Amino acid sequence: MCIRVKRLFACLLVLLTGLSQSALADEIERWGVNMTQGVTPVSRDIYGLHMDIFWWCVGIGVVVFGVMFYTMIVHRKSQGAKASNFHESTTLEIIWTVVPFLILIVMAIPATNTLLKIYDTEDADMDIIITGYQWKWKYEYLGEDVSFFSNLSTSRDEIENRVPKGPNYLLEVDEPLIIPVKKKVRFLITAADVIHAWWVPELAVKKDAIPGYVNESWTYVDEPGIYRGQCAELCGKDHGFMPIVVKALPQPEYDAWLVAKREQAAALKALTEKTFTFDELYAQGEKVYGTVCVACHQSGGEGVPGVFPAIKASAIATGGMNGHLDMVVNGSSKNPAMQAYGPQLSEVDIASVVTYQRNAFGNNMGDSIQPIDVLKFKQGQ
Amino acid sequence: MAHGPAKGITRWLYTTNHKDIGTMYLWFSFAMFLLGGVFALVIRAELFEPGLQIVEPEFFNQMTTMHGLVMVFGAVMPAFVGLANWMVPMMIGAPDMALPRMNNWSFWILPFAFAMLASTLFMEGGAPNFGWTFYAPLSTTYAPPSVTFFIFAVHIMGASSIMGAINIIATILNMRAPGMTMMKMPLFVWTWLITAYLLIAVMPVLAGVVTMMLMDIHFGTSFFDAAGGGDPVLFQHVFWFFGHPEVYIMILPAFGVVSQIIPTFARKPLFGYASMVYATSSIAFLSFIVWAHHMFTVGMPVAGELFFMYATMLIAVPTGVKVFNWVTTMFKGSMTFETPMLFSIAFVILFTIGGFSGLMLAIAPADFQYHDTYFVVAHFHYVLVPGAIFSITAAVYYWLPKWCGNMYNEVMGKTHFWMAFIGLNLTFFPMHFVGLAGMPRRIPDYALQFADFNMYASVGAFLFGAAQILFLFNVIATIRGGRKATDEVWENPEGLEWTVPSPAPYHTFSTPPDVK
Amino acid sequence: MTQSIKQSNRVLLAKLLATSVMMFLFALYVMPPLYNLFCEVTGLNGKTGGQYQATEVVVDTSRVVKVQFLATNNESMPWGFKPEVQSMEVHPGQEVEVRYLAFNPTGETMVAQAVPSVVPFKAAEYFHKTECFCFNQQPLDGGENAELPLRFIVDQDVPKQVHTITLSYTLFDITDKIELASTSP
Repeated sequence: MCIRVKRLFACLLVLLTGLSQSALADEIERWGVNMTQGVTPVSRDIYGLHMDIFWWCVGIGVVVFGVMFYTMIVHRKSQGAKASNFHESTTLEIIWTVVPFLILIVMAIPATNTLLKIYDTEDADMDIIITGYQWKWKYEYLGEDVSFFSNLSTSRDEIENRVPKGPNYLLEVDEPLIIPVKKKVRFLITAADVIHAWWVPELAVKKDAIPGYVNESWTYVDEPGIYRGQCAELCGKDHGFMPIVVKALPQPEYDAWLVAKREQAAALKALTEKTFTFDELYAQGEKVYGTVCVACHQSGGEGVPGVFPAIKASAIATGGMNGHLDMVVNGSSKNPAMQAYGPQLSEVDIASVVTYQRNAFGNNMGDSIQPIDVLKFKQGQ
Repeated sequence: MAHGPAKGITRWLYTTNHKDIGTMYLWFSFAMFLLGGVFALVIRAELFEPGLQIVEPEFFNQMTTMHGLVMVFGAVMPAFVGLANWMVPMMIGAPDMALPRMNNWSFWILPFAFAMLASTLFMEGGAPNFGWTFYAPLSTTYAPPSVTFFIFAVHIMGASSIMGAINIIATILNMRAPGMTMMKMPLFVWTWLITAYLLIAVMPVLAGVVTMMLMDIHFGTSFFDAAGGGDPVLFQHVFWFFGHPEVYIMILPAFGVVSQIIPTFARKPLFGYASMVYATSSIAFLSFIVWAHHMFTVGMPVAGELFFMYATMLIAVPTGVKVFNWVTTMFKGSMTFETPMLFSIAFVILFTIGGFSGLMLAIAPADFQYHDTYFVVAHFHYVLVPGAIFSITAAVYYWLPKWCGNMYNEVMGKTHFWMAFIGLNLTFFPMHFVGLAGMPRRIPDYALQFADFNMYASVGAFLFGAAQILFLFNVIATIRGGRKATDEVWENPEGLEWTVPSPAPYHTFSTPPDVK
Repeated sequence: MTQSIKQSNRVLLAKLLATSVMMFLFALYVMPPLYNLFCEVTGLNGKTGGQYQATEVVVDTSRVVKVQFLATNNESMPWGFKPEVQSMEVHPGQEVEVRYLAFNPTGETMVAQAVPSVVPFKAAEYFHKTECFCFNQQPLDGGENAELPLRFIVDQDVPKQVHTITLSYTLFDITDKIELASTSP
């Protein structure tokens, strides 16, 4: 905080003492006061529109405020100004109706062109289905058999000010969306619970994700890089904690990633057969709890009274294994915030998190469950 | 009819006097303004620094929701109704409002509505947490149990506004003194007449949309639930069909106030009276066909997107006419800068800046970057705080000597102005920057690059809040004493209200005045 | 106030009250159907029409449209749900059948409702379903599999610039709603 206040004073000082052009430009860059130009043809078009309309506004502002300040300085009673009595002028009124109208037409033409470009989603090279959940994103590569969830990876300790915040505080995820550069990528955007909005400023893509309906958008990224965004539609408690990270890779690296991703999924599947020790399950469960459950049930398992039930000493976590598994896999029919995690988490993760919940927070049930049993449960056996 | 006010509390409970009711509206709205302000300060305190330090995200969402609802329905709208109650009969030479008993009811149901709304803060599951725009399904399937009380509170507020609007229309159409033709009415009366029609057209729509929510939540219908054949997007269309005219409900009377004040202190008649009336009417008309510009990112066919973009851009024309008229009214006047004039000039400047960002937001492709960011927050606060709040403040300073017979303290008034002006700009101007840099609205915590500007905004917000305490002090001091105001109060002001003594007697214009 | 003014005030009060009641009813009973009609005409939100009665069909073999099939589970819907094929190429006018596969892994009978949505919006009005599982609620016993059929025609008048049509189904769990309806009188 102290540094920031100092920086403010430094900035004011520089402004007062007269600032060189380049220093000013650097300041603007460092402070981030303007829209990003982005990395796609559409984002650059939008930036252009933004700057055009901005300068029109500045121009009109200079004229209007100029006249206003002139009159406030000159036509003052204390300066001996005598009031004239005119209160009508058809010519003036026609001018200031027609001129703004013409400016609007000048602006409307490029805006229309850009809009038509944005709506042209045809002939994409690949499609990615984006699904918004409370409070994470799911990415599914259509026809590639690859899909995964993307969760906030900033730790609770950082959020609750126990450790210093990293440079990408709140804008980092466990698994970013990977796309190839110089390809038209079409996004099919939907949601599984409430309305979210998928927004990455550098791609200039912002589209609402609406439960039951599909929206589409597209991008064409020029340069490899990491681009960060956030959910832009209020979607409940952790609306501020579901960032988006897009990593654009050159085509060969993208292809390699896709292969690796499939192998990883296969390896995870194989793990379902493996038998884990209690400690392994507990340790993995703590991790899963930290990304998936902690937002509602809180780090001590105490929940939020009246909104999110506690796990600590709860009837479900200290009751039968099947009931507990059913709650995690199939969700709650009473409380829509408790989603069905069966389709979202791997068998290993479900087995771990259930084991963790039954033994953490002083629940001390002493039992555990293996991934293969979760699989059997999922298959209805 | 010549008796004075009753004694004690019954005076206020049973009063049908437009001045008493106006006073109650104004005090109620000020109380709500402070309450909504406290909610805003909780928000700004949490956003002072990155990280979660003061409130939990769940409570933060309740604060943003309650701040919006209380400010819109509790502070701004009742304040304008209060001003209308006080001033409209005095401006058109009427003895009272047309329907005095209904006037009493329309005020007295308001405290119940807001007591109900505020009580949700103490309920299990907390207050409404879905934003003042309460988009389904967050406000239906996923809402806390208190949503039912929220719905009833909105119903009562709606009923109050509709009754108030009917009263104002009846007063203006039927109660004008002989000779007070429509085109002779002060502009405040004109803008309120148009506002009242807007209220009657859209408040029932708001009632309709919350009724549909109520039915979805409790009676198993599926207006907004895709599973039962409904559509969450329908909610947004119906809501904004109410919501956009609602925005103008909060700004048109402000246009009227400023159009009264600027000529007085420029000592020059209002420029383009007739075009002001036409511009106001066209803004009101356009407000019905632009609602979907709040929904550019929701996914609309391109033709719809273009239509709403063009229609929205068109609003700039009549709004521009108004600004040009005010500036030209000042031009070649003989100006003095008392507190009401300072607030009015700040209104013109800052509202114009809010209009500029509005024009930027109208450009649909650019809106894809602005939508739901702090740029939007900056935009509508620039329109509403200097728009509605400053004009109400200006109106209070302008007419307070007439109401209570004493002049306010000019030094304190000007101090209030400068504190509010600096506080406001320090709060909301940086929000343009963080919005453009990518900070979404309604988030309790933010990435580090937004930290500096958020800190200034928080400091500004507390300064703005402190300014309002000074305002309260100044008003109370003026009511209790101070230099006696003349009947005219200002130098040659226009209007019938200045022909009655200061303070205005309990009953005015029991016999209609002569209108020149 | 004279009697005549009082009278005209009352008349105005009645008129304005009637107006607001009408606006309320308009919001409640006219806007939703109007919106749905509007959606069907313009393809807003990718809504498709109800069951299509096939008229005279001319298969336009000169063109090919790629149709993609998506499946989404709404939260708290534990079923397995996916299309048999992820995409196929069809000629406009050609009637095609595909299946979605559903599996209820729970121990109880559940009822599902699938909600269709089509992008691009401009293609929605040209996408006709002659038979669809989304027209009905889908009950499924615990542990059971089901094949859900869908027959559709892409209209031969579909705009030339449309090369891909994406059809999405979101599956909602409506078991509770059904129970609610059957227990209430």
